[in-house]
Amino acid sequence: MHTMKTNALTLLTLTALSVAASAAPLTFDFKDPKGVNNAVFKLDAPLEAITGSANGVSGTVTFDPADPAATKGKIVVTTSSLHVPNPMMKEHMHGEQWLDVAKNKEITFEAKSLSNVKTTGDNTTANVTGTLTIKGVAKEVTAPVKLSYLKDKLGMRVPNQKGDLLVIRASFAIKRSDFGINPKAPEDKVADTIDLTLSIAGAAPR
Amino acid sequence: MKKSLRLLALVVALAAAGTWFITGSNRGWTKTSVERRTLDEVTGLEEITYEKKFAPGLDFLGGALLGAGALAGASLLFRNQPKQNQVQ
Repeated sequence: MHTMKTNALTLLTLTALSVAASAAPLTFDFKDPKGVNNAVFKLDAPLEAITGSANGVSGTVTFDPADPAATKGKIVVTTSSLHVPNPMMKEHMHGEQWLDVAKNKEITFEAKSLSNVKTTGDNTTANVTGTLTIKGVAKEVTAPVKLSYLKDKLGMRVPNQKGDLLVIRASFAIKRSDFGINPKAPEDKVADTIDLTLSIAGAAPR
Repeated sequence: MKKSLRLLALVVALAAAGTWFITGSNRGWTKTSVERRTLDEVTGLEEITYEKKFAPGLDFLGGALLGAGALAGASLLFRNQPKQNQVQ
């Protein structure tokens, strides 16, 4: 009778633990081995349009499929990975007057809260509020974001690896003058508004 | 000399315009790499890579046409060769 009671208790504990484990928030690593993650930037001035991208994306995001509103995390973009097709323009962009990549090696966004959260199936849309830091200047920004939770899909990208994927898409605009990125540059040649599009996927192996 | 400079100016202008047109008539700045997008079917994201390719822009065309103009202008500094009269 005592053994039966112990077995039942053990089974109950294991069940409770497995339920707790499956409901726990997952931590997704955004250092993508396939190099798909990217941030695209666009400046559309009357005289000149500048478009480029960065692929040096890393960071971690904690996401709970049962509670997407609790999502938090930090995404990092290496400034030296910012690329434009014109070599002189790239040199200027990396230079002291613009991004000064020698001193400011990273652009970071730390997500603090989600609002207006709507979940349909595995897709969640929300407005994310967090701190964006560029060239040492930190500003609070709010951006619309779409989170797609791809359960058990990690194996399709990394063979023999079980786990989940989280795809994040966000588009928002910032002012380069707000972040001290050559604020004196003429706006007819280099727009003050920078349109940013973040398309990234993170992995949570099991 | 005058004729040679004008001919050279014409060759430079035609070569620059031809190169610009053949390589895609890029109306922006000169590029040394071009963007390539590949769809990642699992995530639905587009991978962005750059492959090395020279795509001359309007700065290249303008510079070459300016150079051709300078050559043609320099030709004006030379006098026409006097026609030699045939002595019978």
